[in-house]
Amino acid sequence: MQTNILICGVGGQGIVLTSKLIAAAAMAKDIPVMSAETIGMAQKGGSVFSFLRLGDNLHCPMFPEQSADILIGFEPAEAVRMLPYLKKDGRIVLNTHPIMPVTAALSGSDYTGKEMIAYLQKHVSGISMLDADAACRELGSPKALNMIMLGAAIRQNVLPFTIGEIEEIMRKSVKPQFVEMNCQALHYEG
Amino acid sequence: MHKEFLMGNAAIARGAVAAGLNLVCGYPGTPSTEVLETAAKGNDGSLYVEWSVNEKAALELGAGAAYCGARAMVTMKQVGLNVASDPLMSLAYIGVKGGMVILVADDPGPISSQTEQDTRSFAAFSKLPCFDPASVQEAYDMIADAFAYSERYHTPVLFRPTTRVCHGYASITVKDEAEYLHNQPEGFVRDPAKWVIFPRLSYQAHINIEARNEELSQIFSEYPHNELLPAAERGCRKGIATQGISYTYVMEALEGKPAPAVLKIATPFPFPEQLAVKFLQNLDEVLCIEELDPVIERALIYLCGKHHLNVTIRGKLTHDVRNAGENTCASAAHDIAAFMGWALPEKEAAEIPPALPVRPPVLCAGCPHRASFYAVKQAMKGKKSVFCGDIGCYTLGNAMPLDMVDTCLCMGAGVNITQGIGKIEPDTNCFAFVGDSTFFASAITGAVNAVYNQANMTLVILDNSTTAMTGHQPHPGTGRTMMGQIVENVSIEAVLRGVGVKTVETVNPLQLQKAIDTVKRVSAEEGVKAIIFKSPCAVLIKPEQPAFIDPEKCTQCGHCIKSLGCPGIVRSEGKVAIEQALCTGCGLCEQVCPFHAISTGGAK
Repeated sequence: MQTNILICGVGGQGIVLTSKLIAAAAMAKDIPVMSAETIGMAQKGGSVFSFLRLGDNLHCPMFPEQSADILIGFEPAEAVRMLPYLKKDGRIVLNTHPIMPVTAALSGSDYTGKEMIAYLQKHVSGISMLDADAACRELGSPKALNMIMLGAAIRQNVLPFTIGEIEEIMRKSVKPQFVEMNCQALHYEG
Repeated sequence: MHKEFLMGNAAIARGAVAAGLNLVCGYPGTPSTEVLETAAKGNDGSLYVEWSVNEKAALELGAGAAYCGARAMVTMKQVGLNVASDPLMSLAYIGVKGGMVILVADDPGPISSQTEQDTRSFAAFSKLPCFDPASVQEAYDMIADAFAYSERYHTPVLFRPTTRVCHGYASITVKDEAEYLHNQPEGFVRDPAKWVIFPRLSYQAHINIEARNEELSQIFSEYPHNELLPAAERGCRKGIATQGISYTYVMEALEGKPAPAVLKIATPFPFPEQLAVKFLQNLDEVLCIEELDPVIERALIYLCGKHHLNVTIRGKLTHDVRNAGENTCASAAHDIAAFMGWALPEKEAAEIPPALPVRPPVLCAGCPHRASFYAVKQAMKGKKSVFCGDIGCYTLGNAMPLDMVDTCLCMGAGVNITQGIGKIEPDTNCFAFVGDSTFFASAITGAVNAVYNQANMTLVILDNSTTAMTGHQPHPGTGRTMMGQIVENVSIEAVLRGVGVKTVETVNPLQLQKAIDTVKRVSAEEGVKAIIFKSPCAVLIKPEQPAFIDPEKCTQCGHCIKSLGCPGIVRSEGKVAIEQALCTGCGLCEQVCPFHAISTGGAK
């Protein structure tokens, strides 16, 4: 039994940390895990992805196209960019809040994310959408974004973890003053 | 033994420490940097760790330690080995006493490098054994083997993972601390006949090296990480030869298929000849799936000739596999399907998605390099000039709208390239931009060359007090070492004056007018002169209050955006606005705005 997870978005959204938390949750349950992610120049404002694989007989951290059981999209265009990796019947959890490229002001891009969302809705039946940035404002912290997305992903029942298990790992890995906020974020359901 | 979730580079460091590592040194470079950083992080003081000034210095330092019987590791990226190649080639003849592993991370793609060179080819050139791990677990396990072989054969060995192994993560089995080896170096034993290279010694060493490598070729045929996997079905006359991360792509592609025989090469040099011949003997056709040079492919072609084997070897040389860029799961699946005569992996013709926003890397908001480039650009407006760049974050100064990098070749090259241009085009204002870490690594000799050979040029040091590009490593100018010491920092200004540069001015580039005036005044002088633009990396300092745009004064002319290209200034609903989350309040835009519509508390 293998679970392939793809997390994608833009540098600074907390994607790498999300990936680490899922890996730690897998380690806690003795599930073999591999991952690969963007490192280096692309980190700031660039496209960031993290491939995660859980289960037995893993060969490589990156999986082929049409292999992801779930795609956790922190940004609409980035979700479209990585869509080829999603299985036909795979699920998407999407943050609908678009992020303009940092060069948009210069290039005059009129990107709004709307056509990306429409494209995803048309092509993926198992899509679950939320405005996680609005949720962050509601919870009072922009740092809640990744836990909101992770909580939403767990509720799809694709990952081999319960919210409680993830919460336990999160409590061990974040600074004490952020535990409560992250906890609320994990359990956030709009 | 226990399980841990580790990055490939961390696994290498941990494996080396478990193998009794005494000293690790290197120069930062993606994708190798985290090896040394991991070793430093877990250091209780018993391990000596340093970022050396460049790869040549590191390799020589490592050699000295290994002469004493220490287990030493030297880390670098593939182009770093070019810098270290002089000591490497000679050290191959002299050899070592303690185990010495030269970790060189290759970068197929290339993802963050100038070249797609292959350290396996460097291994054959230098005649040094080379280890090529395919996974994070293998990287952990094989680094201990690399030390053992190095010590047994008194030779430095190369260990060369590629980016996807270096930066991949996996839950792997690692040793408990109680299982670690501990190496007590004997110390340097004086023996000029052994440690002093002379032609006669090299002649004898060459004979020994060739004999040793023949022996290693046999021994490596039994090495457990060189694997020969039989075909799933008897009678299959096809085989796949592969290595490194490509091996995992091959195994992924063969999952659930009638797999042909697979040969995995973990020691590309000396090539495990007997194992390879055993693989070839029952085959008609072999596909080689490897990254960078066709090392395995050429070795197999050679063995077919040597052993009169009638096997067709396919790969990069026959255009069955791409000869540039990295392999992927998809490319391996495609190449194997074509080779085996299987139906190509199906790909549904999906509807073309809407045009995706491009997110190119740019200088950060508040990056002082932006101010430096802009100041020189303003000062040189209308003058015939050339701007030679170098390796670092500041290579991004080539992007619009700054457009201030005319050349970039390799570490420290700009300072000499600009001299060459000046000798042919004396009416050009010749500039070289170099970062502080790159200056120490390889631009000082260029400055000496300029002074000695009467160049007419302006050397611009972009001093942000760190090695920003690779993740903020300290260097001689920072006054911090990897052993946690605070030491007297090496002054760039003193170095330049010391080598004979008469005019050296230091200015904060964020004080824009002063910076522009300095460039105008200094560059007008004859001979070699230098400007040090000193301002810390924006990532490392606490940001000031974000800039504020006064809507009364802002005319929406967009001059700030068009001249600076700072990600902290955006257009929001058609209006120029400050991106609060990114702006560091550096104050550069405030000084550029013709209508004084922007205000910050930053430097003025």
